[in-house]
Amino acid sequence: MSGKGGVGKSFVTAALALGAARRLRGGVGVLDADLKSPTVARLLGAKGPVRVSEAGVHPRETVDGVRVMSTSFLLVDGSPLTWREHPGERFVWRGVLEAGAVREFLSDVVWGTLDLLLVDLPPGADKLSDLAELVPTLAGAIAVTIPSDESHASVQRAMHAARDSRVPLLGVVENMSGYACDGCGTTRPLFSGDAGAALAKEFDVPLIARIPFRAIAPDVHAPMVGDELIARLHATLFPTEHVNA
Amino acid sequence: MKFLCIDCDAQMTFEERQVPGDGTFAVSFACPTCGRRMAMLANEMETQLVGALGVKIGGRTLDEQPMELVRTSMDGRSDAFVDDIPMVPTSSGRPQWSAAAQERLTRVPGFVRGMVKRIYTDYAVERGIMDISPEMMDRARTELGLEGM
Repeated sequence: MSGKGGVGKSFVTAALALGAARRLRGGVGVLDADLKSPTVARLLGAKGPVRVSEAGVHPRETVDGVRVMSTSFLLVDGSPLTWREHPGERFVWRGVLEAGAVREFLSDVVWGTLDLLLVDLPPGADKLSDLAELVPTLAGAIAVTIPSDESHASVQRAMHAARDSRVPLLGVVENMSGYACDGCGTTRPLFSGDAGAALAKEFDVPLIARIPFRAIAPDVHAPMVGDELIARLHATLFPTEHVNA
Repeated sequence: MKFLCIDCDAQMTFEERQVPGDGTFAVSFACPTCGRRMAMLANEMETQLVGALGVKIGGRTLDEQPMELVRTSMDGRSDAFVDDIPMVPTSSGRPQWSAAAQERLTRVPGFVRGMVKRIYTDYAVERGIMDISPEMMDRARTELGLEGM
């Protein structure tokens, strides 16, 4: 989750899912709750259509074994999410319909047995609270930020909202944490600010990872990204347990 | 939501839910003491709202379908959902769709076509009908309140 858009929530979600799928044998799912701007399915290489059986709607399974459900399977390419409602009163119904869609993604999708279900939330401080009302037993939330002060303020609000909703905060991932030059191998500052470390300290949670920006978009399938993330997250959640790399 | 019969000071009880098929619904209640009846009508938007909240009012004319809200309320690609229901009989005793019934089904918007197919198939299975024809679809539409499907 993040209060700010464009910080790389979907990238982190996809990398975590792939890292978890390599580590966990009980199944990993990704629910794309960013209904209006779904991107995580594309990052994972999942495409529609979805199959419907007596049991419900079946998620798409990637070659890596990650089960995915997203509006990107349902929407016409390039078209925005629209609802069949009366013009002029859309603002009244949109939020309710979107919450209803996420509820159906949770309840009507045949997820099967999973070790881990990751939910990629849209930006906004209130989105996690909405999800927590649907799933009161959420294991926790990971906040994604970029280093900037603007992001700090925005993600701070989202983390406070998470605390208010009694959702455990698992840690912070700082994305675009410097610019990694593939030519000379050095990493230089990209944004002013130190939001990741500041938020981790303020909320007394671990700074799980700092992921530098690269001119060539990082591949979520690259073992380094997902495996390192999931290993650190695993170590955060289960500090006393021996972790096999 | 509850309704009170003022004269009898008694809570009215749910009697019937009707789905005309145009996106609206009507729910009737009756006073258990004096028998007075009243109906609550919901327009299309109110029906969507109730559906989105997952509220169940009384009984349903139709079985709930997977991702019903999304499939009936969201504008999406026609080939988004692939339904498992076969068009030909199977060893499990599924009814067969006639060519004319299949042709009529193609006129249903693709996003909800699988759901509509399931509704008609369930109707046939529940009544032991082995051949789904346009005439059976007409009967089901009338009985289930599926105008427009």
